[in-house]
Amino acid sequence: MTNSPTSKGRFGVHGGQYIPETLMGAVNELEEAYGHYKNDSDFVAELDDLEKQYAGRPSMLYCAENMTKDLGGAKVYLKREDLNHTGAHKINNVLGQALLAQRMGKTRLIAETGAGQHGVATATAAALFGMECVVYMGQEDMERQALNVYRMRLLGAEVRGVTAGTATLKDAVSETFREWTRRISDTHYCLGSCMGPHPFPTMVRDFQAVISKEAREQILEDEGKLPAAVIACVGGGSNAIGSFYNFIDDTDVRLIGCEAAGRGIDTKDTAATMNTGSLGIFHGMKSYFCQDEYGQIAPVYSISAGLDYPGVGPEHAALKDSGRAEYVPVTDDEAVDAFEYLSRIEGIIPAIESVHAVAYAIKLAPTLPKDESIIVTLSGRGDKDVAAIARYRGEDLHD
Amino acid sequence: MTETTQTRQAGVRRSRIAQAFTAADGCRRKAFIPFVTIGDPSIALTEKLVPAMVEAGADLIELGVPFSDPTAEGPVIQEASNRALAAGTTTDDAFALVARLRREHGINTPMVFMTYANVLYSYGLERFAHRAAEVGLDGVILPDVPHEEKPEFDEPLAAEGIDLVSLIAPTSHERIHSIASDAKGFIYCVSSLGVTGVRKEITSDVKGMVREVRSVTDVPVAIGFGISTPEQAVQMAADSGGAIVGSAIVRMVGEHGEDSVPYVCEYVRSLAEAVHGLN
Repeated sequence: MTNSPTSKGRFGVHGGQYIPETLMGAVNELEEAYGHYKNDSDFVAELDDLEKQYAGRPSMLYCAENMTKDLGGAKVYLKREDLNHTGAHKINNVLGQALLAQRMGKTRLIAETGAGQHGVATATAAALFGMECVVYMGQEDMERQALNVYRMRLLGAEVRGVTAGTATLKDAVSETFREWTRRISDTHYCLGSCMGPHPFPTMVRDFQAVISKEAREQILEDEGKLPAAVIACVGGGSNAIGSFYNFIDDTDVRLIGCEAAGRGIDTKDTAATMNTGSLGIFHGMKSYFCQDEYGQIAPVYSISAGLDYPGVGPEHAALKDSGRAEYVPVTDDEAVDAFEYLSRIEGIIPAIESVHAVAYAIKLAPTLPKDESIIVTLSGRGDKDVAAIARYRGEDLHD
Repeated sequence: MTETTQTRQAGVRRSRIAQAFTAADGCRRKAFIPFVTIGDPSIALTEKLVPAMVEAGADLIELGVPFSDPTAEGPVIQEASNRALAAGTTTDDAFALVARLRREHGINTPMVFMTYANVLYSYGLERFAHRAAEVGLDGVILPDVPHEEKPEFDEPLAAEGIDLVSLIAPTSHERIHSIASDAKGFIYCVSSLGVTGVRKEITSDVKGMVREVRSVTDVPVAIGFGISTPEQAVQMAADSGGAIVGSAIVRMVGEHGEDSVPYVCEYVRSLAEAVHGLN
């Protein structure tokens, strides 16, 4: 199986470069620079050093013994991306892109953010590299994630609220693309997921693939064999593609992406693109999208701001088509239950995004034999979500 | 080879687009191209606006088919798109409108849709192209389909004689050659960086871009993005084959709603007369 996209960034029928002519020069410049630096030993060494010294890699593969005992099936391992600097997997991608942007002579980073984790990571890298930073965030998300907004400002970034459309992640992505068409020469769009026009899906996947590179080595060391399944949550899909990538050729390892079903895939209040969407073209790529019969993008919903996106990265769409990966819906209720479960049983408060994967692991582990293992990627930590979970449970708690 | 013989040789219906840029004596003439969003705030208003703009001197009409997330648009056209969608406007309504404009209103002026890739893709590219030809549409402008992705859309559209309009931008540089070499209908020259919307001044080297196009093809070039005053329209049309005005008109529709016909009419007349003064 080949994992390299064609020159136009295709994953099966998915991917491509559906963007305004104004931006073609910028993505071509980026593609060329990335093609060069990914094989440049100085660049690779500097990124590796940043990951170790600054982000705290490798992240631990933690054997969740209490959870394993409680579920009574396969051994559960948690890949602890929540322990990275800034508290999520997002930093892996951002350090790569910021370093690349610096090599390209760019002095300004712009980014979209949903839950705020990618915005915080980008603001962090901008602070580290001495770059200017502007983060676009849906007005509704700014209210849901007020602490992260302040965190970004503390790091020196300007946060611009987006009121267009549904005022959530998709609108923040649209607005960041618009900003990029306004100002290109000194600005790099530090896209936060494995989506958008080529080369972003490939480049972001490569920067996130460190997750599965480490996890594969770690599980072989701990268990002496590969896991039965790797489970990760999927919004745009960057932590999931990073978690899957180095297991794709291990065809006995099930790859399971957990999407946000919101109030259920039989309701309109869902963001489960793979289970409810159809093939379309949006945000620079061909992939699956939640849309109506006339191609109008649907106003999706999830309790999780980071998964509240109507599309999915093109490589995931291709993995679904080929059957190599499975994509399952997880509801708000299941996610909140898993949030509380992991907090109590392991003393780990996970991000509301990541618990979509935990919720499915809770269902899957008991069905598998005890001599098998599963890896669940904990993509982020849950400090940012505590107030929202309290409100979900009817408590009047605000950030 | 002239455009007329080219399209005839392709064995399809002749595009009306060339006539917008051609005078009665066959010479080139400067074209004025207004834009409105279909269904903003109602289909009934668009059905009144188009004949009124033709009467006021429009040479080609650009019709926006609303899309939920128009990433190349500034706030003015984004809001128009939202109003149109809120009113329930669909792609089928847009086709039905063009059919009525041709058959019931006798509009012979070329009309093109400006919309986004997903609107065509979800409709089915061949089905869209067939319906476009059936109702008498002449072309489609897709700001999120660059030259690299053009064949997927161009092949089904060309098979029905519909021109997929190519865009060039101030960042196109050496790309202009390949874009212009297979351009059809007209070339939409994006005057400035950024999204659609009114600008105080246009500082790009528009002349240089047009010169680059001219070295490859005689397909006419019209300039859009940022034009709102007669002076800007004249300047841009003088440097090319025509001027496209969108946001300034759409803003009037936003302000006056169902009563906007006389305001738009007067404005289009002033711009069209200014541009035609160059002929």
